[in-house]
Amino acid sequence: MKNKEFTQRAQDDYEHGFVTNIEQETLPPGLDEDVIRTISRKKNEPEFMLEWRLEAFAKWQKMQPPQWPHLDIAPIDYQAISYYAAPKSPEDGPQSLDEVDPEILDTYNKLGIPLEEQKWLAGVAVDAVFDSVSVRTTFQEKLAEAGVIFCPISEAVHKHPELIQKYLGTVVPQQDNFYACLNSAVFSDGSFVYIPKNTRCPMELSTYFRINAQNTGQFERTLIVADEGSYVSYLEGCTAPMRDEHQLHAAVVELVALKDAEIKYSTVQNWYPGDENGKGGIYNFVTKRGACRGTHSKISWTQVETGSAITWKYPSVILQGDHSVGEFYSVALTSKCQQADTGTKMIHLGKNTSSTIISKGISAAKGQNSYRGLVRVAPTAQNARNFTQCDSLLLGNQCGAHTFPYIEVKENSAVVEHEATTSKISDDQLFYCQQRGLGEEDAIALIVNGFCKRVFKELPMEFAVEAQKLMEVSLEGAVG
Amino acid sequence: MLTINNLHVTVADKPILKGLNLEVKPGEVHAIMGPNGAGKSTLGNALAGREGYEITDGEVLFNGGSILDLSIEERAQSGLFLAFQYPVEIPGVNNAYFLRAALNARLKAKGLEEVDAMQFMQLIKEKMKLVGMDKRFLSRELNHGFSGGEKKRNEVLQMLLFEPAVAILDETDSGLDIDALQMVSKGVNHLRSPERGFVVITHYQRLLNYIVPDFVHVLSDGKIIHSGDKTLALELEEKGYGWLTEGAAG
Repeated sequence: MKNKEFTQRAQDDYEHGFVTNIEQETLPPGLDEDVIRTISRKKNEPEFMLEWRLEAFAKWQKMQPPQWPHLDIAPIDYQAISYYAAPKSPEDGPQSLDEVDPEILDTYNKLGIPLEEQKWLAGVAVDAVFDSVSVRTTFQEKLAEAGVIFCPISEAVHKHPELIQKYLGTVVPQQDNFYACLNSAVFSDGSFVYIPKNTRCPMELSTYFRINAQNTGQFERTLIVADEGSYVSYLEGCTAPMRDEHQLHAAVVELVALKDAEIKYSTVQNWYPGDENGKGGIYNFVTKRGACRGTHSKISWTQVETGSAITWKYPSVILQGDHSVGEFYSVALTSKCQQADTGTKMIHLGKNTSSTIISKGISAAKGQNSYRGLVRVAPTAQNARNFTQCDSLLLGNQCGAHTFPYIEVKENSAVVEHEATTSKISDDQLFYCQQRGLGEEDAIALIVNGFCKRVFKELPMEFAVEAQKLMEVSLEGAVG
Repeated sequence: MLTINNLHVTVADKPILKGLNLEVKPGEVHAIMGPNGAGKSTLGNALAGREGYEITDGEVLFNGGSILDLSIEERAQSGLFLAFQYPVEIPGVNNAYFLRAALNARLKAKGLEEVDAMQFMQLIKEKMKLVGMDKRFLSRELNHGFSGGEKKRNEVLQMLLFEPAVAILDETDSGLDIDALQMVSKGVNHLRSPERGFVVITHYQRLLNYIVPDFVHVLSDGKIIHSGDKTLALELEEKGYGWLTEGAAG
């Protein structure tokens, strides 16, 4: 490899690696009932919420982290983590952009997150979660006109307790798994979306998450409910500053689609991946699940995962309603010493339900990439259909790709297809591109982007471009 | 403009080219013919700088300087073009996107301004007409699912777009029907000019009816053993290579 630039680039390649110095209000590390009471009190939560948290905490104490993933995770000391960090701001919270700490706004600008009204022209409303507290939610009024609720979940607990009580924890039960249960006990904030009947959400909804404070876990919780005949497209983007320590991120996302409703949920995840030797980086242990409750409902997950030291994540769909549709489109890149164990679960319960899984795993440097997917067809799911395509691309010879497909079919009329390929980036392809005048890195980025095309085209247009760029940045210096 | 002196190339430790000499001056078309295994394709790959083609001796001068220390893309950017015998398929990569990215990489290397999407479309449409390609080509994936003839046309299209100083055509005629052959030849002839050189590697005299060479060379066992004008190709068609290779051996 001829490029001197590589060393330089390797040092600057995580462009979101800056730390914001603002006064933080942080709880000391540790977790017990008192901490949970304090979180709940700080958020001024109604009694039902505190009880719910305490119930989850009691369950969590009896649980163990899952051992089955193909991941090498250093033991996590849950008592060494601080469970609440909020940027200090006026008692009442910011009422407008002017009241938001300029340094926070500066952080958003560095991330390219537009809180400004210009972004409205692009049709994006942003609910920005800075560490734990939602700083500002834009375009709420515009959305309110359509009857759409898009607010921090902490606010929804107060303003829409009936919806929270009706849906929270109904898709991902508290005791679902160790990390989800921890989240249920300590979740700090996140987004809540409700789309009323027969309403098409007038704009793409978007949330950017960012972990800033040192040694704080981020436990956001998102709940999206699409009522009958409604449609919403939601995008989350994630970045975190460079730190030497690992940081835990254990989020829960629940989606509920009622009759004829459709939810499209897209993620571009670029948490700090750690350095080449595996030092630092985010532990991204996330539970995402959607329930297609009504007939002809549809939930579609699209994820582009390029960041995090370790990713443990299976956005899933429970296909309960007859004729409901579940989709999962995924690109997961592991470079440096990153590890990913990711995939999906498609649980077919209703008749004539169908699901599609397209997974593209890319491993470079010392990255380890596993696809883990479950397709389950229950005895009630007549004429269920699934198509799974699972491709792995290897760059270099120190990385690994693994596939763990689980298929459980209890109904004779089901049609389940699974295709899988593993390939290396070919010398022929590289030579061809370079002979045409492209540099080696550009050629690799081009070929990898081609490999991911099927997934990228599921992303909203402006984010597809972003994902493609992200892929290029993440691959810089990964081969050679 | 392209001078090859005493070129020795080994592939996987096996000597393939064993002292090849060739001088291509601006405006000239050189045809290289020869039996299978003579080293014809090795020549193209070695000149383009492909990994695994080790140059053990000799020199290659291009526009006055040695190219042997240049990377693959630097050679390409300096105007050396190789039309592949078997163009590779790259799934998911849009043909137009690829062509523009490559064109812009070349322009950038020359310190010239890159072309935007509009300028590119104008440019490429004009070139596509020459090789009888319709614009649906542009939205397809690079060589993916292309027929043999379509792949070769795509090679010639790229050559027309990049306007290289020297183009090496590696058996561009193989697998082509007569219509495609004519179309490909038309593209090449369009680009013939007093400033540009061509090296046409082929098995068959047929191509040389359309692309009429100034010189014909016979490559055998890693060396050029005989050179002549266009009539040599006809002679080879008639008599085969035996009379030359035996002579060389004797």
